[in-house]
Amino acid sequence: MQNLGINVLFEGTTLQRLFEGLMMTAGIAFISIIIGSFLGIGMGLLRTSKSGIVQFICRFYLEVFRIIPILVWLFIVYFGVTNALDIHLDGEIVAVIVFSLWGAAEMGDIVRGALESLPKHQIESGKAIGLSFWGLYRYVLIPQAVRRMLPGAINLSTRMVKTTSLVVMIGVIDVIKVGQQIIERSVIKVPTASFWVYGLIFILYFIICYPLSKLSKKLEAKWEN
Amino acid sequence: MNKENHQVLLEIKDLHKEYDTRTVLDGIHLRVHKGEVIVVLGPSGCGKSTLLRCLNGLESIQGGDIQFDGESLIGPNVDWQKTRQKIGMVFQNYELFPHMTVIENILLGPIKVQKREKKEVMDQATQLLEKVGLSDRKDSYPRQLSGGQKQRIAIVRALCMNPEIMLFDEVTAALDPEMVREVLDVILGLAKQGMTMMIVTHEMGFAQAVADRILFIDEGKVCEMSEPKEFFTNPKTERAQQFLNIFQF
Repeated sequence: MQNLGINVLFEGTTLQRLFEGLMMTAGIAFISIIIGSFLGIGMGLLRTSKSGIVQFICRFYLEVFRIIPILVWLFIVYFGVTNALDIHLDGEIVAVIVFSLWGAAEMGDIVRGALESLPKHQIESGKAIGLSFWGLYRYVLIPQAVRRMLPGAINLSTRMVKTTSLVVMIGVIDVIKVGQQIIERSVIKVPTASFWVYGLIFILYFIICYPLSKLSKKLEAKWEN
Repeated sequence: MNKENHQVLLEIKDLHKEYDTRTVLDGIHLRVHKGEVIVVLGPSGCGKSTLLRCLNGLESIQGGDIQFDGESLIGPNVDWQKTRQKIGMVFQNYELFPHMTVIENILLGPIKVQKREKKEVMDQATQLLEKVGLSDRKDSYPRQLSGGQKQRIAIVRALCMNPEIMLFDEVTAALDPEMVREVLDVILGLAKQGMTMMIVTHEMGFAQAVADRILFIDEGKVCEMSEPKEFFTNPKTERAQQFLNIFQF
């Protein structure tokens, strides 16, 4: 029988290794999205503060993450910061740190936008029934802001999942790196290996990101009623 | 009915309010007695809404004093969270919380702020809803209600806190004319039960029917303060006369 390229996926531990790589990618993204979301909500609240200095610091933080490419951030922390502080950090840890901080900056902006888009009267009628500052945010503003920020937050999450492909540059073995290793090993025997391996990776990314956008559609529809 | 020998609930002394350099309220004096209904009239921009908002701490003031139940509402030490539970306010744009059902809107303050028993509040809310004819809309969301219905719910939401005074800030101004009546009837009912109220409105017939006294404000000053019958038939100041003429064709 002619050697079909697709068999490359089923040889030895290939699938298992790809799956482990995928877990690395998804793990880094997932942890970062969670941490980034919590920090981002705090950030968003800070950004609605009336204090000029707080505003400036938050704004500066956001711009710094927007202007400097994530790859550069990974290098700064992985090589620069560890060197300066004379510590060792694993690539995975560095990735989680950088992606969380990036997520916090962007999520903060989304939260701020959502909070500011709420009508001012909501604040006043919340105050009028005696709600405290925290009560106002907890029962009135944040539940409404969450609904408004959902599309932006999901979009950010899928961007974070995709951007994890950069972690290979600081030595983390993610799904793409595993794929490259498999291709290198089998490309002489199976010239079409890269098509099959990258094809599978394409589907794997889709499997991670698609449920996210599905979830956001579902929540939006649910809150619509 | 003369309520002037009732206890003074709210006293405003020489109230001054400025936005930047523009004076909005210029030395307002007013005493509101328990059970009294004061209707505040005046041309647009005369400061009548601002006056109500000052009473609830939604606006800062630049001079004078406000005393509620004998305690000053001026200065940094005012516990607004506590005071606002006693001063109910209903706004022009009703502003129910859109992500909550009608009953959740009503229960939020009594349960989360006043920490009252859910069952007890629920009974009160049900009674109030019945009174305003909306007991069947308990589980609706605000967007499923008409403007008049929303405004009646907003009134119930404020009432359920058991306030000592209610402030109404042009509560029918944003409503379809057909729905004005149902809201005004609710307020009229409250007046009959002896609720102390300050009402800003442009509905002259309603003002005459509900008010114990009319407070006429122009350019941030009290121009006239009299009983409704006297104000509408025989206004003392020329400014009030002009104002009333606008409403006659």
